[in-house]
Amino acid sequence: MATHEFAAHAAHAHAAPQGFIRKYIFSLDHKVIGLQYFFLALVAVFTGIFLSLLMRIHLVWPTASLPFFGEIKPETYLSLLTMHGTIMVFFVLTTAPQGGFGNYFLPIQIGAPDMAFPVLNMLSFWTTFLGFLVLVAAFFVTGGAPLHGWTGYAPLSALPSAGPGEGLGADLWIISIAIFCIGALMGALNFITTTLDMRAKGMTLMRMPLTCWAWFVTAILGLLAFGVLLSAGILLLMDRNLGTSFFVPLGTVNGVLTGHKGGSPLLWQHLFWFFGHPEVYIAILPAMGLCSQLLSVFSRKPIFGYKAMVYAILAIGFLGFMVWGHHMFMSGMSPYTAFAFSIMTMGIGVPSAIKTFNWLGTLWRGKIRFSSPMLFAIGFVSLFVVGGISGPFLAQPVLDIYLHETYFVIAHFHLIMGVASIFGIFAATYYWFPKMFGRMMNETLAKTHFWITFVGAYAIFMPMHYYGMAGGLRRYSQGTEVAWIHKLAPIQQFITFAAFVTIAGQLIFVFNLFWSMKKGEKASDNPWEATTLEWITATPPPHDNFGGITPVVHNGPYEYSVPGAPRDFVMQTDAPLAARH
Amino acid sequence: MASFTTTATLDEPQVSRGNQGGGPPVFGGGDGGRPGRELPDYPTRLRRARLGLVVALTPVLMLFVSFTSAYVVRQGLPTLDPRTNQLVHDWIPVKLPALLWVNTLVLVLSSVGMELARRQTKFAAAAVTAKQLGPVPVSGAGKMPWLTMTIALGLLFLSGQWMAWRQLAASGFYVATTPSSSFVYLLTGAHAVHLMGGVVALLVAGLFVWLRRPVTTRSIVVDVAGWYWHFMAALWLYILCLLEFAR
Amino acid sequence: MGLVLLVVIWLITLIGSYFIIAKTWWLPVGASAAAAGIDHHFTTTFILMGAVFIAAQLALGWFAWKYRDRGAGTAPAQYSHGNNTLEILWTILTVILFIGLNLASESIWATERFEAAKPGSVQVEVTGMQFAWYFRYPGPDGKFGATKPELEDASLGGAGALGLDPTDPASKDDVITGTMVVPVNRQIEVILRSHDVIHSFFVPAMRFKQDAVPGLAIHMHFTPIETGEFELACAELCGLGHYKMHGIVKVVSDEEFSQWLAAREAEKQ
Repeated sequence: MATHEFAAHAAHAHAAPQGFIRKYIFSLDHKVIGLQYFFLALVAVFTGIFLSLLMRIHLVWPTASLPFFGEIKPETYLSLLTMHGTIMVFFVLTTAPQGGFGNYFLPIQIGAPDMAFPVLNMLSFWTTFLGFLVLVAAFFVTGGAPLHGWTGYAPLSALPSAGPGEGLGADLWIISIAIFCIGALMGALNFITTTLDMRAKGMTLMRMPLTCWAWFVTAILGLLAFGVLLSAGILLLMDRNLGTSFFVPLGTVNGVLTGHKGGSPLLWQHLFWFFGHPEVYIAILPAMGLCSQLLSVFSRKPIFGYKAMVYAILAIGFLGFMVWGHHMFMSGMSPYTAFAFSIMTMGIGVPSAIKTFNWLGTLWRGKIRFSSPMLFAIGFVSLFVVGGISGPFLAQPVLDIYLHETYFVIAHFHLIMGVASIFGIFAATYYWFPKMFGRMMNETLAKTHFWITFVGAYAIFMPMHYYGMAGGLRRYSQGTEVAWIHKLAPIQQFITFAAFVTIAGQLIFVFNLFWSMKKGEKASDNPWEATTLEWITATPPPHDNFGGITPVVHNGPYEYSVPGAPRDFVMQTDAPLAARH
Repeated sequence: MASFTTTATLDEPQVSRGNQGGGPPVFGGGDGGRPGRELPDYPTRLRRARLGLVVALTPVLMLFVSFTSAYVVRQGLPTLDPRTNQLVHDWIPVKLPALLWVNTLVLVLSSVGMELARRQTKFAAAAVTAKQLGPVPVSGAGKMPWLTMTIALGLLFLSGQWMAWRQLAASGFYVATTPSSSFVYLLTGAHAVHLMGGVVALLVAGLFVWLRRPVTTRSIVVDVAGWYWHFMAALWLYILCLLEFAR
Repeated sequence: MGLVLLVVIWLITLIGSYFIIAKTWWLPVGASAAAAGIDHHFTTTFILMGAVFIAAQLALGWFAWKYRDRGAGTAPAQYSHGNNTLEILWTILTVILFIGLNLASESIWATERFEAAKPGSVQVEVTGMQFAWYFRYPGPDGKFGATKPELEDASLGGAGALGLDPTDPASKDDVITGTMVVPVNRQIEVILRSHDVIHSFFVPAMRFKQDAVPGLAIHMHFTPIETGEFELACAELCGLGHYKMHGIVKVVSDEEFSQWLAAREAEKQ
């Protein structure tokens, strides 16, 4: 009786689904869900880029009347800015690297047939998708999208009278983020359970590829941080709609009493940044894991210092929860607290520096193959260095007095999140496209895309450092009113021009992506000659990832150029290497 | 210096034959009904579900930790009274309705019922898989409707909470009356929402009986719901203590 | 390809560094006592971080070229899993660099922020609201009069905008202006307030920035050491008029300041 039960269950649960709806819409297959997240992020990134394009145009031509949009008013600029940040941080950087590639490749790289909870996985995608719809809806309601920035500081975000868009638009913004939190938590649950409980035989934690470590720690960060963001959102919704005063003190807007009293604006900032700082590590860790992977594969060398890399990922995750106050040095927080946060922040620079040294160490004495994934990995290192170096400036409160709220900050986080992390997504796409779609992307188009984006990103964001050093302030819909900012207008013009060219270059990527799905050169199962488990399976992988066989792992993930080996890579499932040096 | 054994075979047989011939599917999903690996066995599924629950309870805990820190901060926060240019404390403690203590008793009883239901279903699943999975439950517990009783007590708790809210409002404390009253509604409301989720899980388990799903599956649902339920009871005790003793 | 990477990375690094070294776009000349120390620390940080930046980028470009695959038959990559000694060494060096740099700046932070304004400093209350700054001087009685949110009415000028309570005797001699006038070489105690949302009072020349938070009265200080007119602007997103919420800090001699204040007091009679 028991076996009958099991067999029936097995047939029910693990036969590949039939029918379009079960196969592509409500699929339980982590590979399909990963692609769904990827395409959601693709739509989101183009939405976000479009918003920033409008912003760049407005900054240079504030009074210009655009076709269809007309003149962009200051409040519209601020709502573009708010939605740009929210869409990019949540629906691109927290979606594509983790929900997209993580969902697709974590189970395969650890030798599992799927995620631990496939139904939950499916729900997590559709929840995230719903969150995106609710967010975009904010543009179309009375008052439009909110203007309070992606950081949503209260009381500006808590008072509907404080500005256009702060009515229903702000409520939808909060609700969308709350929905996103739930989707992200469901995803984190799956990642953690799968990594801990479903690794194949021989796949010890210290034999996992660094991508898996990155996805695992990122999921832990999300697990601990998104609950706090959800709590902040609930309190803000209560302040806005139920008359509570968690964040709003006694005050007026335009001479009219708001009806609140006793709340603390700083409480919002503490809750938000307790989430917000781990969030930026969520955005960068998967890209770091992938960069390690790619530098190793394409230098034909093991990653330099695997253990140190693992410890660095863990340290970044852990310390990431202790530095949130560095966003609040000028907030009115106690200067002693600021000192403590500042020391911790310099501390978190250390594991990031170690990772950079190890990346350089991986290239050193390697045998580098300049495929398109490798170009983006090398580009990632360069951009991470330049973005990271501005961190120690901002981490010191004495310098932050001047630099806070200037374009120096924008340069810092865009170079790390908006470019380096995006380079990770590009690299992942070029690298794993053959495995996902069975074809290679076009190399010439890929390399062209790389050069335009690499040089273009520097052209856009390097000048922002100078703009900020000269005191150019962020979230200014135009620089015309303040004399010292008005003088800097030529820099804005240059940046906008660079943005036009760089954005245009992204169309090459999109074209390459869709064209190659149909017309790309057929890919073998392991075109890059890499060692990790996704490359032992068919291209594309079958429903249960390994075609009925359970892989058994004998080797670490970076055995390249092993002396005495017949070829310059040893798969993780190959017979074990005898002795270790 | 690493060495490489000459007896190793590098060319493992190709692991699978996915769609390598004609146009590859856009999504690497369907290869037409080839049976995959075997479903993991009951102990593995139970362990995995329990691990999932521990992981899932972490953000729930973080939510209430976050609410607690907001509570503590707000309680101690002086605010600037511009009329006097002085910093004043404006925290007014709320007297909790006595009904909350009755509700607490109901919830604790439901937790007892929940544990009995959990063991009962586990025993039934063990009988089916013919393996010993834990301490043998009290014999004779086999037929009592513990699950139904737990659901009933849970619903009784939730309606009791609703009545307590009405009593609070009647005594003049609405959600926005004072910061302290805001937190009372917030904490009890958030807890009630989560407990409702637990009730839904138990109803699903009951549905599984009616749909004649395998008792092993039902046992996992009841086991996970059971630990969740105990967590919710402990959380409630914590919230009650915070609101009563840290006023 | 390796050579192209090297050239591009090196060029970007050198061009990027040039504009910093040449200070093409830079902080305005410092006009406060704290500016010299802050600017000096900026220079120290730029030199140290700049050295790391240049070294890392040049190394990246160099390695990309030097370790390119030169084709079949050439030497394989060096099989190495790392070097623990090196890991420990560069970890310690990085810790020393980062923490050391930070600690070096903390004495300035302590002077600026740990210590309250000295007695005898000139008090100015700075209030931000959508979308203007108001400055209030306590007058001869040295006390700021009470304000009430319900009395706020910007159409009645400065006192109305702040909601000054006329029944409070301390209000009578309060001077309220739209331009901040302060004497040179004296410590100015700034008391930051806001009526509605968070604003931020930023005077680049003074190297001064502090958020004005509703519900709080935040005490800060700075000491101007140059006379002149210095622009200020709002540095925390406060709504649609954020970009035009600016003003002027006018630093004058001690004498001129007393005369100016006396004239403002006289006008109130």
